[in-house]
Amino acid sequence: MTELIVKNGFVYDPLNRIDGERMDICIRDGKIVKSVKDKAKVVDASGMVVMPGGVDIHSHIAGGEVDTGRLLRPEDHVKDVEVKTAVTRSGVGFSIPSTFTTGYRYSKMGYTTVMNPSMAPLQARHTHEELSDTPMIDKGTYPLLGDWWISLEHIRDGLLEENAAHIAWMLKATRGYAIKIVNPGGLEAWGFGRNVHSLDDQVPNFGITPREIIRGLCKVNTMLNLPHTIHLHTNNLGQPGNYVTALESMKCVEDLARKDKPVLHITHIQFCAFKGEDWGRLKSGAEEIANYVNNHSHVTLDMGQVVFSDTTTMTADGPFQFGLYHLTGNKWVNHDVETETSGGIVPFTYKRSSAVHATQWSIALEIMLLVKDPWKVFMTTDHPNAGPFFYYPKIFAWYISKKAREDMLKKINKRARKRSLLPTIDRELSLYELAIVTRAGQAKALGLKDKGHLGVGADADIAVYNINPERADPAKKFVSARKAFDRAAYTIKDGEVVVKDGKIVKQVFGKTYWVDVECARNHCRTTRARADAKIKKKFKDYWTVEYENYPIREGFLHSSAPVAVKAEI
Amino acid sequence: MKVITGVTCPVCGTFCDDLEIVLDDKNKIIEARNACAMGAAKFLNYSTHRTKTPLIRKNGELVEATMDEAIEKAAQILVDAHYPILYGWSNTCCEAQRVGVELVEEVGGVMDNTATVCHGPSILGVQAAGIPSATLGQMRHRADLIIYWASNPWDAHPRHPERYSMFSDGRFEKSSWMKYLSKLRGEMSKKKIQRASNLVLKKDFCFAPCHEEGLPCSMYTKNRRTIVVDVRKTRSADAADCFLQVEPGKDYELLQALRVLVNDGELDVDEVAGIPVETLEDLADVLIGCKLGILFFGLGLTMTKGKHRNIDAAINLTRDLNNRTKFLIMPMRGHYNVTGVNIVTTWQTGYPFAVDLSNGYPRYNPGETSAVDILCRDESDAMMVIASDPVAHFPRAASKNIAKHPLIAIDPEVTPTTMLADVILPPAFAGIEAEGTAYRMDHVPLPLKKVVEPPEGFISDQEILRRILQKVRELKKRDMD
Repeated sequence: MTELIVKNGFVYDPLNRIDGERMDICIRDGKIVKSVKDKAKVVDASGMVVMPGGVDIHSHIAGGEVDTGRLLRPEDHVKDVEVKTAVTRSGVGFSIPSTFTTGYRYSKMGYTTVMNPSMAPLQARHTHEELSDTPMIDKGTYPLLGDWWISLEHIRDGLLEENAAHIAWMLKATRGYAIKIVNPGGLEAWGFGRNVHSLDDQVPNFGITPREIIRGLCKVNTMLNLPHTIHLHTNNLGQPGNYVTALESMKCVEDLARKDKPVLHITHIQFCAFKGEDWGRLKSGAEEIANYVNNHSHVTLDMGQVVFSDTTTMTADGPFQFGLYHLTGNKWVNHDVETETSGGIVPFTYKRSSAVHATQWSIALEIMLLVKDPWKVFMTTDHPNAGPFFYYPKIFAWYISKKAREDMLKKINKRARKRSLLPTIDRELSLYELAIVTRAGQAKALGLKDKGHLGVGADADIAVYNINPERADPAKKFVSARKAFDRAAYTIKDGEVVVKDGKIVKQVFGKTYWVDVECARNHCRTTRARADAKIKKKFKDYWTVEYENYPIREGFLHSSAPVAVKAEI
Repeated sequence: MKVITGVTCPVCGTFCDDLEIVLDDKNKIIEARNACAMGAAKFLNYSTHRTKTPLIRKNGELVEATMDEAIEKAAQILVDAHYPILYGWSNTCCEAQRVGVELVEEVGGVMDNTATVCHGPSILGVQAAGIPSATLGQMRHRADLIIYWASNPWDAHPRHPERYSMFSDGRFEKSSWMKYLSKLRGEMSKKKIQRASNLVLKKDFCFAPCHEEGLPCSMYTKNRRTIVVDVRKTRSADAADCFLQVEPGKDYELLQALRVLVNDGELDVDEVAGIPVETLEDLADVLIGCKLGILFFGLGLTMTKGKHRNIDAAINLTRDLNNRTKFLIMPMRGHYNVTGVNIVTTWQTGYPFAVDLSNGYPRYNPGETSAVDILCRDESDAMMVIASDPVAHFPRAASKNIAKHPLIAIDPEVTPTTMLADVILPPAFAGIEAEGTAYRMDHVPLPLKKVVEPPEGFISDQEILRRILQKVRELKKRDMD
């Protein structure tokens, strides 16, 4: 029985409505408890901020796409090395770090849970192998199900219950956490080099539209009672004028919302909020997006905040990545996955001097600051697409300090600066709101009940930052605040101190969360049995692997953490 | 009798996973259904000549030893070395490879694998230009134009055409097996007529060619078509619709010439690499006009004049073709898990092969940090070889220097490498006697099955490596105390 007490810090725990109150956090056996005995080990957090460990809802850290990106770019690694220590393995950065380095760098910033958002189901084994070699954090991963043949056929034929049974099977077979949809319909079209351009385009060879795919999977998500909503990368990503598609995507499931619970999460909204007819006339669509989100409660967003840096783009959006290759002339990886999805990788550099990139930088900040309810918007960079994750503290500074934003505004392209709404926005996020958008809100949207808060029963995943809100206003002293977020004073994982003063002091390996759907009714069990039989028959026709070799054994995961879910069917 | 289904074949990069292994009542393998000759040979004969115990060289002779003795000796060799190479890895599972990187890091050595003498240049090409590719099912479902360039699947990847390309059935394209049978029948009829003519009329019968020059007419049909490009007419070429014979060492020129044509340029010469430009112009039209084309390529490009520049050109040709149609490219990987070791090494160190960890962090510089080059410069002072046979395949100058220094071999069979070794640790066969994970040539990971028990006392590659690593740490600690 190991006991720990984090004493006397300024605690920010929005899920339990604690806003900077000085209090102790008691831990026993990896969980937060009401009290501990006197001989508990003490972590002195006096004069420091205490928050739940960071939760990242969308970061590409493991799997085929990520690893091919690593292989593609030796030049990305050569200047950023991590030397082996007594406690840690060696590795490399920069925009696509090796797995051990990924875990260590997240932990040093006080992050304790990261979700890998994109996994080709056929290659799920690869994602889980890499996650097993990613220390320090708990993780999960989302299988790509938006262009999967069996799902498309079911939606086309109106067989939603059968589709739900199949998706429950797919989530278990791939040990996945949520339904990920990327450019629905577009990836199947890309199998022959084509794409879709609106929610009502017909997907070639399938007689179905993106609107039907999104709505179908949204209904399935509700039927299965999954902890997270459908996670959508919209059609027309990265095209000028695409804010219209983002709005339409949000509207198309408005009627499927139940009470005030979200039914849709749009990821890296920055890439979907472009206004203007072409690159030369690119403007921000942030106001329109923020207005819609302010007036509706069925959607959550994560930002995809641009950082001015060299980085690597990698998404399942094959046609989009092909377009990016044309735009830049850079080396280009394409990887279509039979029956299921696609993917592409292109190195990219965001420059302050570029009107387009600077506008993109402004868009995500505008959306974050214009949306009134912080529980609807989450900080991400869609790592590494809009920027490497270790720039997060820089983004925190832009959120909490207008001065930090002004300093950057001075350095960006003049045209973008003129068009940016930021000079008119005075709002600065409080530490409480920062805790929501970087941990509490993300955990809530994911349905991870023991994460993102410090109440009794929560996992003891805690970050202590050397910021004293009584002594210095973080909005003014944002440089030291940024440094504090960069090097956590303490990171506690499952009740153990793993980081001290920004250095890894103990290597631990977290758990992998996945969803284990159980049927509520006998009728569903029969449907599931029928669905399983059907998929067995179709398997050889659709895939080049045997049915029995497709699902992943639970023992394959380094540390399996199933989330039991009772379906509504 | 027992039949185990869905068995993956631990031989080549085609990595078939539909084998059915039949065991007799004594649990001995008696049949390998669906396997090609290579797979059947491995499953039926793996145990016939295997090394039966660990061996240590004493006074020039290999003598039997216990596993503990062999592990201690291996660990000591690695601890004593300043710059050891730990090489091979391609014939074992990812679980072993993962321990391997940790071991190399612990001893401060070089982690290199068989790609260094195989598709290493392909990796360099990818690092220069990227790679438009897909999983093999995409080709099975959609490819109406298949090219095998500098690759002979009939011999090296026998079931590749029937599982993924010209003889496979997909959602949008059907097998061209019937077309091939008709072609065979036609050739047999021709031979019969020739023979009859010689016997009866006492003269040769000349067949008028069905076209004067350019590509065969079957290249203009709507169903699957296959082209083989090679320096000699192989059995794969016989099965294809069209065979283009390229002059040795001229693949680079041919690839770049096709790029010119595909980009609507013109060639000022009459022929390139021994092929008339008119034929190439027709070929460019076929390339552009297909629905989905796939270029499979092999060592004829990676290990001939130009090496990685050939691959660079091939990848760029594929990129250019994507401006007009859908085109993909894929290297035909050899060992069944060489893709796996590239993937594992990349996720743990950032680099796919030739990784130098001697300074405590990963460094990658093929030519400097690659096994053959280190050996030729005689810079290493020990070597561990696992799941491969470098002495049989490396240049003699490199093998000479392998022999010069202490050598550890983790291999179940007797090979030229094990014959030079100072310590031999025979493992259980991955994919037959031990479970694991491996990656197909298109990066699809599949489980390796355990179909029979290993002999008493035999442990898996990953277990051997774990024990060596543990012993290395003990010895290092002892040295420091």
